[in-house]
Amino acid sequence: MPIMKIPSPLRPYTEGQSSIIAPGEKVSEVLDFTLEQYPLLKKHLLSDDQQLRPFVNVFLGDQNIKELQGIETPLKEDDTLMIIPSIAGG
Amino acid sequence: MLPKLSHKEIHRYSRHLLIPDVGLAGQQKLKAASVLIIGTGGLGSPVALYLAAAGVGRIGLVDYDLVDFSNLQRQIIHGESRLGDLKVESARDRLLDLNSEIQVDIYKEFITSENAFEIAEPYDLIIDCTDNFPTRYLVNDLCVLTGKPNVYGSIFRFDGQASVFSAEQGPCYRCLFPEPPPPGMVPSCAEGGVFGVLPGTIGSIQAAEALKLILGIGEPLIGKLLLFDALDMSFQTVKLQKNPGCMICGENPEISELIDYEDFCGMPAHDHDAGSAGKDWDITAGDLAAQLNEGIDLRLIDVREPHEQEISNLDGSELIPLGQFASRLSELDSAQEIVIYCKSGTRSTRALEILVSAGFKKVKNLKHGINAWALEVDPSLPIY
Repeated sequence: MPIMKIPSPLRPYTEGQSSIIAPGEKVSEVLDFTLEQYPLLKKHLLSDDQQLRPFVNVFLGDQNIKELQGIETPLKEDDTLMIIPSIAGG
Repeated sequence: MLPKLSHKEIHRYSRHLLIPDVGLAGQQKLKAASVLIIGTGGLGSPVALYLAAAGVGRIGLVDYDLVDFSNLQRQIIHGESRLGDLKVESARDRLLDLNSEIQVDIYKEFITSENAFEIAEPYDLIIDCTDNFPTRYLVNDLCVLTGKPNVYGSIFRFDGQASVFSAEQGPCYRCLFPEPPPPGMVPSCAEGGVFGVLPGTIGSIQAAEALKLILGIGEPLIGKLLLFDALDMSFQTVKLQKNPGCMICGENPEISELIDYEDFCGMPAHDHDAGSAGKDWDITAGDLAAQLNEGIDLRLIDVREPHEQEISNLDGSELIPLGQFASRLSELDSAQEIVIYCKSGTRSTRALEILVSAGFKKVKNLKHGINAWALEVDPSLPIY
């Protein structure tokens, strides 16, 4: 099953989990599963109209899903999705 | 015409001169180069030290802040003897002690839309070592508008990011992050913490990218974002594309001058805890102590993380971490007096906003948090 990697700023909303194994044949299904498991994560990723928020980027391998088919991007069994958050510390 | 190296400089930089990719001509390029480092904290410390050691001829440092005891866990350019001094003065003295043959300019001020062009003008490239979203967008836009490369680094807890945003050749920061997160959604290092060695890793990468750009060697991180996870000890590079719709470097840019970045981001251009919810909603540590002594019935709600309670705690308080706050409102009663606190008043202000928007009226924020309580009421508690 695909894996969704969670960066440390978002781990407070996933009970500390750094990666989630999530069934799904496309990005939206993996997202739905993840948010069902961890509903507190939802407002950090999705806007009210269920779109990815502009400061959140999801990458499949080394490519931004925005440059693929967005949340409709199809996934293979062993794909790893990675959320890249906006962080500002210095 | 590149500046010549003295015999002393040839001795100092001999390990560079031995690398064919650097050599004498490369070292002369470094001597002729000028770099502006914005922020002399966690990232700025290693960046400035390595660039000075490498012989970058002119280094500018921008920071308005003073050296604080809590900086020394990671800001390795400063030391105990400089506590309370301006960071740029502490950093300049350390750099000149390391390499007296370079020029160090200091700017003891906030970088703003008003002064940014003038400060940046003498420098070839800019290194973003700032600690807040408004200044990151300002540095990005400044670099796009002036055509100077932006060597970006950012850190939080165990995660780091680095890239080179050079809009003439690739994407800019806004292409990746068109908008900042809403205020309060992403904690700053002052609230969320940072692994002390992390800025050393990311700052060293920024310094390496800056030196490569000056020398014209290797593959810069243009169009790429390097991600570092110190827990997994993993590095990953992802591809970044230029966004045709980017507000500043896209096909029809809407931004042609620097804007009000605090307004754009809805937050202040520093990561110091504000600590106050405004005078109508704050209660000082002294007033809270007086109320508790009088036996006034109130609920004390701690919105920090559980591990912070081991550092300091107020007797009789109940823990509801901010991340769970909105979903646990049913545990609170709007008829009761409620005082919310955190470390220094920032997270509790957010919790207060959640309560007020849910109709609660009898609610106060402990101004400047439990740290103010430790300072003003109970010195047996530590300040962190």
